Amino acid sequence: MFQLQNVEVEDVLEMKDVCLESNVISIEGQSGSGKSTLLRLLNNLDSPTTGNILFKKQNLTDIPPQQLRKQVVMVPQNPVIFDGDIQDNLLIGHTFSGAVKPKKAKLKEILENLWLDKPLHTKASELSGGEMQRLSLGRVLLLSQAEVYLLDEPSSDLDDRTGSHVMKYFMETAQQQQKQTILVTHDKSITEQFATASLNMDQYSKQIRQEDERE
Amino acid sequence: MSGDNAMDFSIWQIALAYVFILILLLIVQVKGISRKRLIIVSAVRMTLQLILVGYILVFVLDNPNPWITLLVMFIMLTFATFNVYQRTKHEIYFSFKKLIAVAMFIGVILNLTYFMFVILQLDPWYDPQFFIPIGGMIIGKTMTGISLGVNHLLTGMKDRKEQIEGALMLGASPKIASKSIVDDAFDQAMLPTINAMVGMGIVFLPGMMTGQIIAGQEPISAIKYQISVMLGVAGTVSITVLIFLHLAYKMFFNERKQFILTKRDMKKEAMPVKYD
Repeated sequence: MFQLQNVEVEDVLEMKDVCLESNVISIEGQSGSGKSTLLRLLNNLDSPTTGNILFKKQNLTDIPPQQLRKQVVMVPQNPVIFDGDIQDNLLIGHTFSGAVKPKKAKLKEILENLWLDKPLHTKASELSGGEMQRLSLGRVLLLSQAEVYLLDEPSSDLDDRTGSHVMKYFMETAQQQQKQTILVTHDKSITEQFATASLNMDQYSKQIRQEDERE
Repeated sequence: MSGDNAMDFSIWQIALAYVFILILLLIVQVKGISRKRLIIVSAVRMTLQLILVGYILVFVLDNPNPWITLLVMFIMLTFATFNVYQRTKHEIYFSFKKLIAVAMFIGVILNLTYFMFVILQLDPWYDPQFFIPIGGMIIGKTMTGISLGVNHLLTGMKDRKEQIEGALMLGASPKIASKSIVDDAFDQAMLPTINAMVGMGIVFLPGMMTGQIIAGQEPISAIKYQISVMLGVAGTVSITVLIFLHLAYKMFFNERKQFILTKRDMKKEAMPVKYD
């Protein structure tokens, strides 16, 4: 759904012509190669220095930022938790956009599937890092307007067993709802299991290219 | 105001009051605290500034004139605004300073106009005996309030940048994404005024009321002034801080609704503030 044309980000990235069409795309590359930067560009948290990014053939600069972010939702590496309890946090996206909130049963079902078996009124600030990460994944799964998920290291705080279960559930749900997932992960098993395409950022990273030339 | 039964000091009595400073200096000396210079400087400054203001007030009160009253208010407002700049914890740039000045001037002028013309109904309207001291008090409290608001906004934006960006990622508007920080800054700016209202009369007698009573004013009449001034202060601080915050949060976002503190390629010229 995304297309990058002559995109350049100062001394970080240079992407001549890249298409991100596949259902589940895994973004790979050394640290510092610009993986997170790419996700931030797609969510319009940053803009490229030059070049165009198209989403469904429309230039990102022509799409109102909030509308884009409702369609292309990002989950950052460090889960963000807002004031209130689990329920408030699950529904915060709906609060922001004014969308109709899903029923409690739906929330409970999601929590159960994410192995986050806690009452909805549990204070969110009392959760562990891994629990917060699962909460922030559950939050975006509830957003029916979303068409693309951008996940930055979604299982970094989870143990292997929980991580693979949670990611399986996430991917299957996204698949069912015909949503695209673009994710950055170091977990090879996730990539092997779910990715339908992969993109290695090393080839686009100015820094890494410079280092290679020096050697 | 009747000043007949007010006590007048002789110069020797004032001199005796400086004994307090001598005691303070002695304590500091014995304890080995390195504040001696600052104490002397501040005592001297206080004395000189008040003497100067005293003579200026004598002149202004003896020559009531609308332009002089307005000029004095303008000078006080300008000094108060620069004082706010000095009190910020982080270096702020011109674009941000402009907002503070706009909020201070609009907030104070609107509220003072209402206060002087509708509540006090001075005759003549520029009567410096009331206009200047009451205006000064309201400006002073507004200065304190807006300083707190500025500092809490600046720190909040920096400390909670992940939360702000996290909200943007989910499609929140800049206004909603920074709402908790803005609310918090407003709360912190209002807190001293609210605490002052709660403690007033029980924990302490406010300076203006004390002054009026010493000067021979009936306590009940002094209280009437104090109540209306306190309400005027609360109104002015809240409206001024509100104007400021309403303008200031926008400075942290660009036209693409990106949060500029986390943007990678942000040029220094576009930043409202420089964090250390």
